[in-house]
Amino acid sequence: MTHEHDHHHHHDHDHSELSETQLRVRALETVLTEKGYVDPAALDLLIETYETKVGPRNGAAVVAKAWADPAYRARLFKDASPAIGELGYAGRQGEHIVALENTPTTHNMVVCTLCSCYPWPVLGLPPVWYKSAPYRSRVVSDPRGVLKDFDVTLPADTEIRVWDSTSEIRYLVIPMRPQGTEGWSEEQLAELVTRDSMIGTGLAKSPKDVGK
Amino acid sequence: MNGAHDMGGMHGFGPVEPEPNEPVFHGEWEKRAFALTLAMARPGQWNIDSSRFARENRDPAEYLNMRYYQLWFAALETMLKERDIVAEDEIEAGHALHGAKPLPNVLSCADVLKVLHRGGPTERETNTHALFKAGDKVRAKNINPEAHTRLPRYVRGHVGTVDRVIGFHVFPDSNAHFEGEKPQWLYCVRFDGTELWGPDGDPTVKVSVDAWESYLEKP
Repeated sequence: MTHEHDHHHHHDHDHSELSETQLRVRALETVLTEKGYVDPAALDLLIETYETKVGPRNGAAVVAKAWADPAYRARLFKDASPAIGELGYAGRQGEHIVALENTPTTHNMVVCTLCSCYPWPVLGLPPVWYKSAPYRSRVVSDPRGVLKDFDVTLPADTEIRVWDSTSEIRYLVIPMRPQGTEGWSEEQLAELVTRDSMIGTGLAKSPKDVGK
Repeated sequence: MNGAHDMGGMHGFGPVEPEPNEPVFHGEWEKRAFALTLAMARPGQWNIDSSRFARENRDPAEYLNMRYYQLWFAALETMLKERDIVAEDEIEAGHALHGAKPLPNVLSCADVLKVLHRGGPTERETNTHALFKAGDKVRAKNINPEAHTRLPRYVRGHVGTVDRVIGFHVFPDSNAHFEGEKPQWLYCVRFDGTELWGPDGDPTVKVSVDAWESYLEKP
């Protein structure tokens, strides 16, 4: 059996399993609604909340404020959840947040090897790659190899700290503030903060990359 | 349990492949599976730890072949059926066939944002003192429970350093199986890459896990 054929076969199998799941999801929602256990309007609101309100722009606002406001930065590193709560972001999967500081000598990366723990109030729901076997298996043993997959290369002597989210503590990376941003407003700074830079698989954008 | 979910240090999965401009959900069914899971966490009378166990507790081959929200949905079905909230013949028929037993706390639209905002803090009060302090050397015990645990295999038996005493938190290993919250002191424990992966490991790498006190011993 050629590799290609094997791949194709797997894909077909995956596809039919998925159709089956799609049908069952719809069926279960109907059954639960008929029994009065779920309100479809509440489901719509849950989806809308995570599609449009809770996402990485929240985290970017936190990082930008930490860059611009030394007193806020101090509060954030002392106890992150209340500091993040000051901006109105709180709750499910962010009850106990810890902020991790990237420096010229230390780079932080966050994973949940056992499932998919992720700081929802500041980053939203995790991307597929964060929940995938390639990331979860390799970032704890070969973080530099994982960074290459994201086109990130760090100096050979940078210490890499990998934080495996095995408890209800959620970790948020505060990337280094790019040079050439002196005097920028928080709104401008937030444009430099990518989701991946707050997980540790990326760096903040440099001013020349804004808009790209 | 030593399941497929505990994959730190495994090889062969290939490169990480980020998806450009990834949407929050891939298709309508993911949205509904996600929202159903969150909504039923209220009246379903389980907890986050038992939900995680329901996802990981399956044949490793099956686990690895399922997409993320397929795992969530499979776990939701399991938990609903275990409690006779829904039966298989109802899912097959796509309609309620049996009487609905009363359940408390059905999530209403008006409560959604309140419930999300409140979350589920896991820190508890205590009069006890933590056994370890920051800077102490500790060994992750070599335990292999068939039940739920949050001590990953790749640190078991290895010696690390307590980075921080986090607090006194609900113990997932008991909570997942409805044996009580049994909170314990929780620590952030840092391991050298070479301690975990041997002399060929990257000496600039340090990996930490959050570990409950009963996972740890003096080396």
